[in-house]
Amino acid sequence: MLSRVASHIYWLGRYLERAENYARFIDVNFNLMQDLPVDLKEQWQPLVAATGDWELFQTLYSDYGKNQILYFLAFDSENPNSMLSSIMKSRENARIIRENLSKETWEKVNELYYMMLEGKDKKIWKKADPRYFFERIKNQILLIYGIADNSVARVEGWYFRQLGQFLERADKTSRILDVKYHILLPSGQDVGTPLDFLHWMALLKSVTGFNTYRRVYGTIDPSNVVEFLVLNKYFPRSIYYCLKEAEYCLHHISGNLDGGFKNPAEKSVGELRSRLEFAEVSDIIGFGLHEYLDNLQIKLNNLSDLIDSTYFRLRDNFISQTNDQ
Amino acid sequence: MSFIQKNLLVFELLANWVKLKCDSKFLICMKIEGYNASEHYDEMFTNVGEIRPHYEEFYQSLKKIPIRKMNHLQFSANQTQRAMGMTFNVYHDNQGLEKILHLDIVPRIIPNDEWLKLEAGLKQRTYALNLFLQDVYNDRKILKDGIVPEELILGSKDYLKPCIGLTPPKGIWCHITGTDLIKNKDGDYYILEDNLRCPSGVSYMLESREIIKRAYPNIFNQKGIRPVSDYPAKLLRMLQHLSNKSKPVVGVLTPGIYNSAYYEHSYLALQMGVELVNGVDLIVEDKKVYMQTTKGLEQIDVLYRRIDDAFLDPLTFRPDSMLGIPGIFEAYKAGNVALANAPGTGVADDKAVYAYVPKIIKYYLGEEPILNNVPTYLCREEKDRKYVLDHIEELVVKETNAAGGYGMLIGPKATKEEHAKFRELIKSNPTNYIAQPTLSLSTVPSLTEEGISGRHVDLRPYILYGNEIEVIPGALTRVALKKGSLVVNSSQGGGSKDTWVLYN
Repeated sequence: MLSRVASHIYWLGRYLERAENYARFIDVNFNLMQDLPVDLKEQWQPLVAATGDWELFQTLYSDYGKNQILYFLAFDSENPNSMLSSIMKSRENARIIRENLSKETWEKVNELYYMMLEGKDKKIWKKADPRYFFERIKNQILLIYGIADNSVARVEGWYFRQLGQFLERADKTSRILDVKYHILLPSGQDVGTPLDFLHWMALLKSVTGFNTYRRVYGTIDPSNVVEFLVLNKYFPRSIYYCLKEAEYCLHHISGNLDGGFKNPAEKSVGELRSRLEFAEVSDIIGFGLHEYLDNLQIKLNNLSDLIDSTYFRLRDNFISQTNDQ
Repeated sequence: MSFIQKNLLVFELLANWVKLKCDSKFLICMKIEGYNASEHYDEMFTNVGEIRPHYEEFYQSLKKIPIRKMNHLQFSANQTQRAMGMTFNVYHDNQGLEKILHLDIVPRIIPNDEWLKLEAGLKQRTYALNLFLQDVYNDRKILKDGIVPEELILGSKDYLKPCIGLTPPKGIWCHITGTDLIKNKDGDYYILEDNLRCPSGVSYMLESREIIKRAYPNIFNQKGIRPVSDYPAKLLRMLQHLSNKSKPVVGVLTPGIYNSAYYEHSYLALQMGVELVNGVDLIVEDKKVYMQTTKGLEQIDVLYRRIDDAFLDPLTFRPDSMLGIPGIFEAYKAGNVALANAPGTGVADDKAVYAYVPKIIKYYLGEEPILNNVPTYLCREEKDRKYVLDHIEELVVKETNAAGGYGMLIGPKATKEEHAKFRELIKSNPTNYIAQPTLSLSTVPSLTEEGISGRHVDLRPYILYGNEIEVIPGALTRVALKKGSLVVNSSQGGGSKDTWVLYN
């Protein structure tokens, strides 16, 4: 497969997953806000903080209200990570490599883009309850995954898209968890109160993990939630699971099915995965959840860079030619 | 309301509006509207309003389709095109500039006898032009014999010096040709342009057929329409023929996503099952061309390149080209990669060289041209120039090297100021201009806001030159959507029609 094509497929996977997770972020916050006591102000800033774009937001806007933040996260083309930007970029990536996609996949990605534009036209961020819109976007993306799942051959291209998708998801699950860190409770004494539990429940629901969590752990307990979302071996949105999948993809791409590593990307993902595999939740809490997640996000970025230098980077054909002669 | 529902509502409103404007429920009431058969040839009706025999069956079916249904068919066709992303003029992050080429749902039908003549004429022309290209880059016999002026060829900016002395693989220069023709009021076809470089539009011919098939499933079963869907297979076979390897690696080379025909490049690569490559994907080593893949370098043997000659190789042609591949021309000269079309074909589709094509055919083949050339006045020649300056208001003036309907004056439709402007342009740079009498483009009934009405069309069939020369039995018919307009270019408000070539 052409290196450039592989790179576009990888980013297609990442951008779609990013957009889907933003829809989830917005959903989790709506759920949280509805459970807040009336005298407590709505908190939307934590959402932007968790995406890592708080600085950009501050340079663009001075209004920190719900509508402004929703606009920024969903429809703002000034925000390179907004849903609209991600969907535009996934469509651009898909268009560039359309000859490598099934007709249905391309058409659904195209449709997704027009749905987003329509939402912008209708000023969805001003609606009292825009959740139905984000639900539709999320479902459209899930539909694209479903089509791919049932029509794409399990060859190189498939693994590059999955790789992008799972690395992005690992990053985003860590950020969803971080929303809780940024949300302020009325006072320190409220830790462990019903309000605190409501927050954790909303968070689990946003990753469609509430029922699974209940079945595994029963009661809501912060350290159990952290264990579930970071270390669980079977839940497909846990960070460990995502890394395990990413590692599987990398090994299928290189054909290295005997363990160990064949290139720096495989080495890095293997190390990261095994660190989580043998971690206990008390290690994480002891280190500090926020710091732990921050650290993890940096490592995921490094891994993405290694994938780029291993598979996507092109040699400059001009330099190579002039050296030859 | 869903996205689709919203569009359906828009459609309902549109349909009702059209209905209000139409006196009757059926289209047939509109048939005479817009037709003045004394001025031009209509493909469906004779000048006394009778149906031409090859349209009879279609006309009978059309009569039974209510205007509402017709508008619905048109609406679905537009939706399908948009969903497929059949767009041109693609610019980054700006959906305003991403347009679909309007596909009119009333087809253009060509009877078999008419087609056979076209086919023979196009084969003859392609064969002669290929011999001409081989000659001007090698022995230059036709120049020495004074049939074509030497300075016209050797002085042309499209005459590529690096190609001198070169014979491309299998001696084929123009592998893919998309000749533009029109039908004049005498009912005869005339060649307008040969388009030997990188003719585009073939994806519209193919995709339009799929859409129109869905619109008239019954008619398709009965009518006997020659298929075009095997074009990608024929194209691939032709490209493979250019290599001596048993399983050559073929690719489509595109300038990239910002090119207006990117959709087509990607479509053809997908249909042929070959890689779509950009310049940055390719690298030349030891005069061989390689693709940069996730598994290392892989050699490529044949490139259907959709990059202009000048941008192919910054080491040989334009040094500032960011699209090309440094060293690819050397690899081509060494015979390690085949390029379709061959670099250098542009010199034969210059509008001034066009005037000599009948002589070129006679010179190489000893035959009379089967298809008409439009009489052409070369402003470079004094006698012709004087005629052009005196008769500019009757003539169409064209720049010899401009494409896409730009740099053009349609005398009868232009103002006095425009006439004066072009007279000055011609005087200051005569070699840059040619002039032709105004031809009347034939019309085909088309679905418009005012119901069915005649619109002017041209015709672009596609010719492949591989093991043999083959004319694909179909074409891109471009239609000027504006009433009375003669400009069919997509960049200037043109649309397209599916073109049916009948078995008999």
